[in-house]
Amino acid sequence: MTAPNLIVTASPHLKDKDTTPRIMWTVAASLVPVILTSAFFFGISALLVITAATAGALLTERAVGRPNALKDGSAVITGLLLGLSLPPGIALWMAFLGGAFGIGFGKVIWGGLGQNGFNPALIGRAFLQTAFPVAITTWPKPGGNFFALKGDLFAFPFMHPSSDAVTQATPLGLFKFEKQLTPIVDMVLGTTGGSVGETSAVVILLCGAYLAWKGYLNWRSPVSILLTVFVLGFVLHLINPAKAPDALFQLFSGGLMLGAVYMATDMVTVPTTNKGRWVFGIGTGAIVVVIRVYGGLPEGVMYAILIMNAFTPLINRATQPAVFGTRTLKQKEAK
Amino acid sequence: MAFFGFAHGVHPPEEKGLTSGLPIRRMPYPDELILPLRQHAGKPAKLCVKVGDYVERGDPVGQADGYMSVPIHASAAGTVSAIDLWPHPDGSYVQSVHIKVDTYALQAARPRLVPQWEGLTVEQVIKAVQEAGVVGLGGAAFPTHVKLAPPKDYAVHTLIINGAECEPYLTSDHRTMVEFPERVHFGCRVMMHTLGVTKAVIGVEKNKPDAIEALERTKPKDLDITILPLTVKYPQGAEKMLIHAVTGVEVPSGKLPVTVGVVVQNVGSLAAIAEVFDTGLPLIERIVTVTGHGLKRPANLIVPVGTKLKDLLAYCDGVTPNAREVINGGPMMGMSVSNLEAPVLKGTTGIVVLTDEEVRADTVYPCIHCGRCLEACPVFLNPSWLGDLARVKRYQDMADEHLADCMLCGSCSYVCPSNIPLSQLFQASKVALRRIQTAGAA
Repeated sequence: MTAPNLIVTASPHLKDKDTTPRIMWTVAASLVPVILTSAFFFGISALLVITAATAGALLTERAVGRPNALKDGSAVITGLLLGLSLPPGIALWMAFLGGAFGIGFGKVIWGGLGQNGFNPALIGRAFLQTAFPVAITTWPKPGGNFFALKGDLFAFPFMHPSSDAVTQATPLGLFKFEKQLTPIVDMVLGTTGGSVGETSAVVILLCGAYLAWKGYLNWRSPVSILLTVFVLGFVLHLINPAKAPDALFQLFSGGLMLGAVYMATDMVTVPTTNKGRWVFGIGTGAIVVVIRVYGGLPEGVMYAILIMNAFTPLINRATQPAVFGTRTLKQKEAK
Repeated sequence: MAFFGFAHGVHPPEEKGLTSGLPIRRMPYPDELILPLRQHAGKPAKLCVKVGDYVERGDPVGQADGYMSVPIHASAAGTVSAIDLWPHPDGSYVQSVHIKVDTYALQAARPRLVPQWEGLTVEQVIKAVQEAGVVGLGGAAFPTHVKLAPPKDYAVHTLIINGAECEPYLTSDHRTMVEFPERVHFGCRVMMHTLGVTKAVIGVEKNKPDAIEALERTKPKDLDITILPLTVKYPQGAEKMLIHAVTGVEVPSGKLPVTVGVVVQNVGSLAAIAEVFDTGLPLIERIVTVTGHGLKRPANLIVPVGTKLKDLLAYCDGVTPNAREVINGGPMMGMSVSNLEAPVLKGTTGIVVLTDEEVRADTVYPCIHCGRCLEACPVFLNPSWLGDLARVKRYQDMADEHLADCMLCGSCSYVCPSNIPLSQLFQASKVALRRIQTAGAA
C-alpha cells in the first residue's frame, strides 16, 4: 500500500456545510425580491439609491476594512439595507456617504465583522438623519414612469437640491401630523409613500420566512417585535384612539417589517441566546410604539433597534442558560 | 416522559450505511503485533516479558500496576522481537512490546485463563475482570473493574448500558447488538450481579431498529432489562446525556454518574466481559469498524489488539487516491492518526478514512455571534464567549464559565459557520488551565 498524502487535524473532523460567507451572501440574495419590488414602485430611483449606498459601503470596506473582508458579503448586506431604508429621492452622494459612514464608523472602527455593537446600516442611516434631516424625510410618491427620477438624485455634494418631485407623506407621518389614516391594504401591498424598501410588507415577510426556513434567520426576534408592536398598539389604541393608531396600522406602516425581519436579526448586534432574542424583540417593539405614539418623530424603528443593540451584551449575560448539572446542584444546596 | 433524549446537540451525516449491514468478520493475524503498555485510562501496565521470550495467545506481556491499571496480554502466539518506544495512535511514543507472530502456531483455544463465572464472589469477579484486562471499549478505555466497584457511600440502583453509538460512521456496537445480543445480556447479568442492582436499561438510538429487535428477542426472562429507544442525535452517547435521557436526572456538574445512583457501561464492554467469561481468554481482540469513503472495502472486523493500522487498512484493500485523513475513533471526537505504524488498541472503536471533500475547511472567519454553538452545546455552555476568552488566554475566566463541564464533544466546532476551532481551543485551554492550577498549588 502506498502511503497516501495524509493530514492531521484536531477533532471534530466533520463540519457542517454552512459558512459565514454562505450565510451572508444568502441573506444578500434574499433581498433581491425586496429590491425588485421597490424598483416596481419607485422605478430607477430606487435602484440608483441602493447602488449608491452599497457602493459607499463596499468601497469603504475595501479601503479601510480587513483584507479580503469584501468576500464575506457582510458589507453588501449593510449597503443594501441602508439603501432600502432611505427615501427614493435622496441625493445619491448622501446615500453613498451614508454607506461609507455606516461601514467606517459602524463596523471597521470596531474591529470589523463580528465586533461592532450597533447595526452598521442603521448607524449610516442615523448619521444621514442627523446630517440631512430634510432630505431624509422627503418622501416621493410611488408609481409613475420607471425612468422618471424621484428627486434631485444627481445633485452635487453640498448643493441645495432642487425638489420639484411629487412628494407624499408616509402613512405614519400622515397620521401623526395630519390625523389621517392610510388604508391597510395600501400599506400591505406597498403603494404608499416611504423609503425604498419599507413599502411592501408581504414581500419582506416572504423573504424573511425563506431565510428562517434556511436557518439563516432566527425567527424569535422578528416575531417578538411584531407581537409586541401589535399588542402594545392595540392597548394604546383602546386607551386613546386619537393619539395612537390601531394595531394593524402599527404593524404594516413604516420600516417595521424591514427593521424586524432584516435588522433586528443581524446576528452580530442582537443577543445570541434565544431567550435574549425574545427580550431584544419585546424591548425593540415597545420602544418603536412609544416613539411613534409619544415621540416627536413619526417613526422609531431605527432608534429602537439601535437602543436595544446597546443592551445586547447585558441581555446576553442575563439570559445565559444554566449549565448542565448546575440546576440539580442548586436544588440540592437549597435543600 | 415521552422524550428520551436531551436538549441541544447536532445532526452530523450518519454515514453508517457503509458498514451497518456488513456482518462481523475475523481478520487474519498480521506478521507483527505491537502492544503498547499504555492502552487504558490510569496507570500503564508493568512490562513482564523480555526480548526473545515465546508467548502463547493470552499470556500477559504487562502486569497491572496497582488498582487503576489492567494487564496487557499477547493477542497471538509468537516471539517477543523487540521492546521499544513505538508510535501510539494518540501521537506520542509509548513503550511497546513487539511480537513476531508464530506462523505455525495453532492460535487455538487453551485451558481457561479466566475462571468460570458461576459461583464466584463479587470480589472474585472484580479480580477476574481486572486480570482479564477488560476496559471500556467505547473509546475512553476506563478499567471496567473500577466501575464494578463504585464507592460505597452511594447506592447504585440502575445499570445503564450505552448502545447509542452516536458517532457517525461507527457500527461496531451496532453489529455487536445485532449479532451477539446474548453476549450483551450475559455481560449485563455479570455486571448487575456484581453491582447488586436489579434494574438495567439499554439505550439504543432509534436508527438501529434491528439492534433493538435483537436485544428484545433475546432478553432473559429473569432480569429486569429495559431496551430504550433514544432520539438520533449527537452526542446522545455521552455519559451525562444518556443518563439524562434514561432517568431524566442531570448529573451534577463535576460529579460522577454514581452520585445519581447509576453506572454506565458500553455495549461493547459488556460483550467483552461476556466473551472473557465465555471463552476463558482475556481481552485480546475487539470489534473495529474500518470505514470511510476513503477506504476501498469498509468492514466490521474482529481485530487482534496490536494490529498495525497499515495492516488493517491493507486488509481492507487500502485507501482511495482521494483519502486525506485517517481517524482513530469516530470523526467527531476521534483523533487524527499521524503514523500508520501505530496499532489498534483495546479502546479503538473504529478507523475512519475521510476523503478530501470531507476534511474541515480551514478558512477561519470572525465570530458573527450567530448563536449556533449555543444551540448545539449539550451542556449549555456559551462556546462563542469561551472561544473569545480562549483567544486572549483568559483561562481563569473560562474556568468560571464552566470550562470543566465541556466534554469536548465538538458540536460547537461542527456547527460554527466561521470555522472557528472551538473544541480545539477548549482542549488547549483545559491543558493550560491545569498547568496554571498545578503551578499555583505547588
